[in-house]
Amino acid sequence: MQPSNRDLFLTYLQIGLTSFGGVNAWARHVLVERRGWLTEQEYAETLGIGQVLPGPNALNTAIGVGVRFGGAMGAIACALGLFAGPMALLAGLAAMYDAYGQLPLVRATLTGIAAAAAGMVLGTAIKMGVKLKPTLPLLAVGLAALALALLRAPLPFVVLGLAPFGLAAAWWAIRR
Amino acid sequence: MNGDDDLSALVWGFLGISLLSVGGGVAALPEMHRLVVETHGWMDDLAFSKRYALAQAAPGPNVMVVGLFGWHVAGVTGMFAAMLAMCGPTSILAYAFCRLRGHLGGSVAMRVFERGMVPIAVGLIAASGLLLAQGAAFGGGEAAFGAGGAPLAITISIGSTVFVWRSRLSPLWVLGVGAVLGAAFLR
Repeated sequence: MQPSNRDLFLTYLQIGLTSFGGVNAWARHVLVERRGWLTEQEYAETLGIGQVLPGPNALNTAIGVGVRFGGAMGAIACALGLFAGPMALLAGLAAMYDAYGQLPLVRATLTGIAAAAAGMVLGTAIKMGVKLKPTLPLLAVGLAALALALLRAPLPFVVLGLAPFGLAAAWWAIRR
Repeated sequence: MNGDDDLSALVWGFLGISLLSVGGGVAALPEMHRLVVETHGWMDDLAFSKRYALAQAAPGPNVMVVGLFGWHVAGVTGMFAAMLAMCGPTSILAYAFCRLRGHLGGSVAMRVFERGMVPIAVGLIAASGLLLAQGAAFGGGEAAFGAGGAPLAITISIGSTVFVWRSRLSPLWVLGVGAVLGAAFLR
């Protein structure tokens, strides 16, 4: 089935507004299972490219989906749909935070959520790391990135400095 | 304080970060921390972690947190400026790449690139988690909460890490439990 740009916009609007806790899992659910626009493999490939390119993964993936079905206009439809809902919601939240953020109960609740959200990020990283089943050299590259980031090395040094080692390790792993 | 200077520092800062944010918005959080907390002092550690919490509690891409940083610095204008800087150039790059690639997806070069860059991204994401946990527990200084606050925040972070790692349930559960524990004990 070939979705129109309107379908793309509305579908990504829905994804944007329902995707609590990260977009990618929800996007897969809607695009593959509900709409049937992409196969599992096609979605995984589009997501993979979205993750490797710089910039927000979810947005890069949305652009990939948009280009596939509607060219430039399709990409714009998906990107706008993805951000329209959350931007409006977040502007409201930010205004409320300015007004009520210093109330003791709000502060305490948000600190609790902040601690939990931190664990969510860390847990996701561990989950991804385990799922990848990295070879020893790839694991070393990942740990080096972690250590350098914790030592507060600037991002350009971490990414560009480790990229050659990562690519060499991957090349070695794939060739074997 | 000069508003125009802040706005341009915001835009240039996020523009630079976006072009190197392999692994998405979360992987670039340590660099955003440098920009927003260390270099410009726009907010403290705890405020940084709370902005991230606020963005997580709302639906949408993780990168929305950039909009909240922008809002804090320069209101609605800052929100849109920061989001555009973070998303605009990389979107054009993504568009160009998707147009050009045809069916590069399965090629060896693509696979090497993916496998080689993903560990770096995962390492950066793990560092982001540790940085956020530190911000939640210690970022507000001693006055942030009474005795026992920091250990409880650390306990929540560890519990949430294990839950998200080991279970397949929605991560919304840990945010909800964190909110309740925070409301009850962190005042």
